[in-house]
Amino acid sequence: MSELTETVGEVTERRLNMIEAINEALDIMLERDPDVIIMGEDVGYFGGVFRATAGLQAKHGKTRVFDTPISECGIIGVAVGMGAYGLRPVPEIQFADYIYPGLDQLISEAARLRYRSAGDFIAPLTVRSPFGGGIFGGQTHSQSPEALFTHVAGLKTVIPATPHDAKGLLIAAIEDNDPVIFFEPKRIYNGPFTGFYDKPVEPWKRHPDSIVPEGYYKIPLGKARTLREGEQLTVLAYGTMVHVAEAVCTAKGVDAEILDLRTLVPLDIKAIEASVEKTGRCMIVHEATRTSGFGAELSALVTERCFYHLEAPVERVTGFDTPYPHSLEWAYFPGPVRIGEAIDKLLKD
Amino acid sequence: MAEPAKPSDSNRPTLALHVPEPKYRPGDTADFSHIDIGAAGAVPRPDEASHPSQMGDLAYSLIRVLGEDNQAQGPWYPRLAPDTLRAMLGHMAMVRAFDERMFRGQRQGKTSFYMKCTGEEATSIAPAMALASDDMVFPSYRQQGILIARGYPLLEMINQIYSNKADKLKGRQLPIMYSSREHSFFSISGNLATQCPQAVGWAMASAAKGDSRIAASWVGEGSTAEGDFHSACTFAAVYNAPVILNVVNNQWAISSFSGFAGAERTTFAARGLGYGIAALRVDGNDALACYAAAEWAANRARANHGPTLIEYFTYRAEGHSTSDDPSGYRSAQEREEWPLGDPVTRLKSHLIAIGEWDDERHAAMDLECAELVKATTKEAEKNGILGHGLHHPFHTMFEDVYEELPWHLEEQAEQAIRERITKFGTERPFG
Repeated sequence: MSELTETVGEVTERRLNMIEAINEALDIMLERDPDVIIMGEDVGYFGGVFRATAGLQAKHGKTRVFDTPISECGIIGVAVGMGAYGLRPVPEIQFADYIYPGLDQLISEAARLRYRSAGDFIAPLTVRSPFGGGIFGGQTHSQSPEALFTHVAGLKTVIPATPHDAKGLLIAAIEDNDPVIFFEPKRIYNGPFTGFYDKPVEPWKRHPDSIVPEGYYKIPLGKARTLREGEQLTVLAYGTMVHVAEAVCTAKGVDAEILDLRTLVPLDIKAIEASVEKTGRCMIVHEATRTSGFGAELSALVTERCFYHLEAPVERVTGFDTPYPHSLEWAYFPGPVRIGEAIDKLLKD
Repeated sequence: MAEPAKPSDSNRPTLALHVPEPKYRPGDTADFSHIDIGAAGAVPRPDEASHPSQMGDLAYSLIRVLGEDNQAQGPWYPRLAPDTLRAMLGHMAMVRAFDERMFRGQRQGKTSFYMKCTGEEATSIAPAMALASDDMVFPSYRQQGILIARGYPLLEMINQIYSNKADKLKGRQLPIMYSSREHSFFSISGNLATQCPQAVGWAMASAAKGDSRIAASWVGEGSTAEGDFHSACTFAAVYNAPVILNVVNNQWAISSFSGFAGAERTTFAARGLGYGIAALRVDGNDALACYAAAEWAANRARANHGPTLIEYFTYRAEGHSTSDDPSGYRSAQEREEWPLGDPVTRLKSHLIAIGEWDDERHAAMDLECAELVKATTKEAEKNGILGHGLHHPFHTMFEDVYEELPWHLEEQAEQAIRERITKFGTERPFG
């Protein structure tokens, strides 16, 4: 695994891409907690189709990191049983698009186990899964199904936007005693995609949030990150869209306050309220389809709680309500044009 | 409208869709003479380390121990001490008395729902006794016999059924969806077959940790159609998991007969063979056969020889639950014509035949069970019955969704309590 280092003044700062950061979090947790196990399709000897588990089986052994049958229902189902035993399973679902056969085990079982047994049994799983588009994955390798999970009482949904956060959030998710859906925006595994798809790809090494501390650290679930402060409008985003929104605001010279939500449930409502009350304008950006997307929840919350501070209707920028197309991927993607139009609308008065 | 293709240049025959239909419907005379039950003692008992392919016949025959003469016969005879047999009979009698009373309680409006296991008592009690008390069980909804066999307090069961203020599950679960970690009894789901891969996962964890405990799940024959059951078989086979996958074939899934789960084509035990899982098919109304099969499978699992699928061939003598009337979909005669008899009667007759029991003692035991259940019911009623206000505080509705209460649930909890106060002037109008 390549490790990019860069000397800044006296300090040698370690820079990792998101895959390396995730791999390091998994390695640390396997080392620290003998109850952590990793399983999933191709995660063992091969190290995962995106290399997130590379080297972990060789280091920690075959009973800690192993391949599974191609059965998402089985993967989540056995993980629930392992959790009941006392393990802390970290199953990987190879693509978020493949998670649906495991939904009953997630929704009816993992999410409700603590509740239905009154704390007798828990399901401390962390389900890692690459999600989102922008890699020409077509309709079966591009979806953003986070709203299916935020709708389920008992699940937590976490989506990192940087290598630094990916490591700290993943460690927090694994240590969390509730089931966590950990969606990894695969478009930014190797670099902070800005949405200007026709420009050269930027690697993580030039981004400040690729500086990843060594060793163990946690970023608490339920705390948003203020990417930058601003006065004109508030941007609520997560995952890939944090970077796209930031690039558009920079390009347009808008003094936006950008919140990277990091965790959708539990949501950092205080950070959202404080920012929207300050700016009076709110743009929500996600890649998922629009209708009943998580943006609808955010929009409702902002409207309910900050209505008298709003100077313009909340704007939602989302994917279209179609399957994720292959050849027309960039027409689907909520890129700079769609975001720019929303910003103009928000700021026009 | 969909129209069939009629190619002009083809002699292809017309296709016909087969929709299974049970042999007998209400009013029909039931005749089970087509079912080959074999003779007690006739089926060989292979070594517990046998490869599944060496014992394929056991997926199609029926392991039976108790014969027509009420004597135990053949290689599967588990040679249990009379005290153990009496304990087994006692558990079965207790479950039957409990079911009677709880069913009546539902009809009297004390709770919303109940499910009896009449006729199937042996399929949970005997395996539970063959397992160690700390082996983890992942039951379906008709294995109350396991809790009785493991000594779970009747009072706790009734508190749960009444969803009252003493219910350990805080009134959150449908009646009979028990959970007791202390008794190695996994929380029952209402979603079918989900417990199968969970049992496999628990067993995989136990093996990965070098533990000695094994796991067992129970599922109805109807639910073997769920993908979860097949995922469980795949994982159990792939990882050679120390698990017993019990299939209780009681012939009926609510109103759908076993043909809708594939019984017209093959046995449920045979499902195991395709996965390379050892498979046994057992007379589920023969408590000794049930015990022997579970003991064989437990020994196999404990010795790292892998999983076993056991089909218990039995009959659901009552309705699916308090919510259905079986006289609307099957012949009332089926129960009396069932060729494998009644499990309680058969074990009782065996004990009498070997001189370890008599009718007087049995009648006294039945009475004792009924009185204990009645007294415990009265005790439980002091904690409340469903819908009469003696429930857990409203705030508990929001607890245990997550380990810690997030802000949105805290806000919703405040709303719920405000609504109660608006309606009743107090949070707990009856409490």
